[in-house]
Amino acid sequence: MAVQAIPKSWYLPSKPHKFCPGCGHGIVLKALGEVIDELEIQDQVIFGCDIGCSLLSWNFFACDSTQTHHGRTTPVMVGIKRSRPELVCVGYMGDGGGYSIGSQHLLNSAVRNEKVTLILVNNTNYGMTGGQMAPTTLPGQKTETSPYGRDPELTGYPTMGPEFIAQLTPDSAYVARATVSKYKQLKKYIKSALRNQMEGNGFSFVEVLSTCPTNWRTNAQQTWNFLEDEMEKYFPVGELKTPFGKGDK
Amino acid sequence: MERVIGESKKSFMTGNEAAAWACLAAGADIMFGYPITPQNEIMHYWTRMAPKYGKGFLQTEDELSAGFTVCGGVQSGKKAFTATAGPGNVLMQEPFGMAEAMRLPLLAIIQQRGGPSSGTVVYSQQEVSLTTYGGNGEGHRIVYSTSTHQEIFDYIIKGFNTAWKFRFPVFILGDGYQAKMREPLEMYDPESRGIKMEEAYPLIGLGGKIGQDRGPSHLCNIYSLEEELYEVITKVQAEYDALAPQITEYDEKFCEDADIILVTHGVVSRAADDAVKALRAQGIKAGYFRPITLRPFPQQELRAAIAKSGAKKLLIAESAIGQLERLVKQEIYGETVKIETLFMPGVGIIESDLIDKVKSVL
Ligand SMILES: Cc1ncc(C[n+]2csc(CCOP(=O)(O)OP(=O)(O)O)c2C)c(N)n1
Ligand code: SF4
Ligand SMILES: [Mg+2]
Repeated sequence: MAVQAIPKSWYLPSKPHKFCPGCGHGIVLKALGEVIDELEIQDQVIFGCDIGCSLLSWNFFACDSTQTHHGRTTPVMVGIKRSRPELVCVGYMGDGGGYSIGSQHLLNSAVRNEKVTLILVNNTNYGMTGGQMAPTTLPGQKTETSPYGRDPELTGYPTMGPEFIAQLTPDSAYVARATVSKYKQLKKYIKSALRNQMEGNGFSFVEVLSTCPTNWRTNAQQTWNFLEDEMEKYFPVGELKTPFGKGDK
Repeated sequence: MERVIGESKKSFMTGNEAAAWACLAAGADIMFGYPITPQNEIMHYWTRMAPKYGKGFLQTEDELSAGFTVCGGVQSGKKAFTATAGPGNVLMQEPFGMAEAMRLPLLAIIQQRGGPSSGTVVYSQQEVSLTTYGGNGEGHRIVYSTSTHQEIFDYIIKGFNTAWKFRFPVFILGDGYQAKMREPLEMYDPESRGIKMEEAYPLIGLGGKIGQDRGPSHLCNIYSLEEELYEVITKVQAEYDALAPQITEYDEKFCEDADIILVTHGVVSRAADDAVKALRAQGIKAGYFRPITLRPFPQQELRAAIAKSGAKKLLIAESAIGQLERLVKQEIYGETVKIETLFMPGVGIIESDLIDKVKSVL
C-alpha cells in the first residue's frame, strides 16, 4: 500500500500549518491524522483543542472541531460524549492547559472513567504565552517565570501526568506516554487510545513529549538533544495501563 | 522602606515593566499570578527583580488560585498583588468577591484584552463591567482606569495606599495597548515625593499569646441569617458611600461652554483629549470629561459639568459595547442631556473617529 504523505483527514486549506519550524505539535497531529484515516472515523470524530499552541489546530482536520477555552477542553469533550455517545471525542491540549489550570477536570474525568480520548502535549513550558514555567518544567530549567532555573524547593518537581492518571483510573482505561522522537510508537499509542474509547472501555490518555524550539531558544541539534537526553530521561516513555493486554514499556 | 528607584528618573519602557517597578517602589511584598497575555511581562519583570529585593513570587495553577493566594497573603499582613486579563479576570471574580466580602486590601492590575472568552490577546475596554461590578456582590471595589504609563506607575503606588487605608480591593484597569506600548515616564520612590506609604498589617497570625494577650482572630465570610448579611452589607455600603468623595478622581477640560462633552476613560481619553483640542480649533465647542475612578464614579462632578456647560449632548466613546455607557447612565439618571455613543468593541479609537462622530451628531 502506498504511504500517503498527507493524511486524508487533514484539512488542506489550513495548510501549511502555523506552528513554528521544529515544533512537535505538527508531528503529533500528523500521527493523529493517520490514525483517524486508518480507523476510518473522520466523520465521527469531534476534535476539541485547548487554548495554548494547540489552538492553532482548530481547523487542522477535515473533522468537526471546536476550539474551547484554556484548560477546559476536557469538560467540553465530556459534555459532548455524555450527550452523544456515538461520537469519538478527542481533546487536544498542552501541559499547562491539562496539568495546571485544567488539572481538576483531568483528575475528575479520569476518576469517572469518562470515555473520551485526551492527547496532551508536554513541551515543558507555556508555549503560546511566551515560555513561562509549566508543571512539567524540568528542575533547573530556565523559563520566563523561573529565570534562575526551576527550583523544586520553591515550585516542586515536574508533574508526572500519566503516572498520576494511572493511579486514578480503573483497569479499562488506557494511559501512555509517547514522544515525537518515536513516531511509530506515538502512532500506535494514539490508535490504542482511540480504539479504547470506540470500544466503550474508558478514559484514554496519551501524553506526548514534544519540542518548543522557539521558547527553549534552541537550534535543531539542541532541540533534539533536550527532547531525547533530558525529557525522555525524566519522563519515561511507554504504556502505563492498557486494556488490550500487556503494556509495552 | 527600601528605596528601589533612588533619584527619580526618566525611563522609556512598556506599561508592564512600569507596573512591575511601581509595585516594587510601592513596597509590595509578594505577587501571585498565572500567565496571560497581555500582562505576562509584569510577572516576567517581577520574577527577575523579586529575589534581588527579598520579595516573593508564586506562579499558581490558575487564576482562581492566584486570586485566593493573594487573599491569603493580604490576610497574613503582606502587600500581595496579582495581574491578569480577560478570562483570567473572569476566574478571579470569585476571589475578588471574597476580598470584597472580607474587606481585603488586595491590588490587581487588569490589562484588558478582547472578549468574550479567549477573544483576542490584544486590546479592549470590555472588562469594565467585570472589574467594577463582577461577582455576586455590590461592587464594593475601587477601580482606577489609567491612560498613560505615568499613571500606571502613579496609580499603582496610590492604589496600594487606598487599598490599605480604606480596606477595599483596588483595581488598576489598563489594557493591552498600555501594557505593550513603550513610552516615557518618570519613576520615583514614593517618599521622595512626600508620599507616605500605608503600613500593611495582619488580620490573622497576630502574635502574642491567645487567651492572655489577645483573643483569637475569627474572620467571618458567611452568615446564617438574611438579616445578619443585610446588616453587614448595609454598613459596608454606608462606609463606601462616605469614603467615595475622598477616593473619586476625574479629569475635565473645556466643559465651561461645551455644546457636546466627550466622556471616555482609559487610553481612549488620550484620543478624546486630542479630538477636543482639534474640534475647538475648528470652532466646535467640545468638552472633555474622564472618570479616572470608575468605582466610585465621579457622579456629582459629571452632573456639574453637564449643568455648568449647558451641553446638549454627551458623546460616550469606548472600545466596548456600552460598558462605560451603562455606568454613566446609572450615575446621571434624570439628566436630560442627549447621549450619543461610539462603540468600537475590541479595537482602538483614534482622534479622527471621535472628530467624525462629533461632526455627524452636531
Ligand atoms: C483563563 C485563562 N488564563 C490564561 C490564559 C492564557 N493562556 C493562553 S495559552 C496559555 C498557556 C499554554 O500553555 P500550554 O497549555 O502548555 O500549551 P502550549 O502553548 O505550550 O502548547 C495561557 C496561560 C487563558 N487563555 N485563559
Ligand atoms: S511556541 Fe513552541 S509550542 Fe508553540 S508553535 Fe512555537 S515551537 Fe510550537
Ligand atoms: Mg506547553
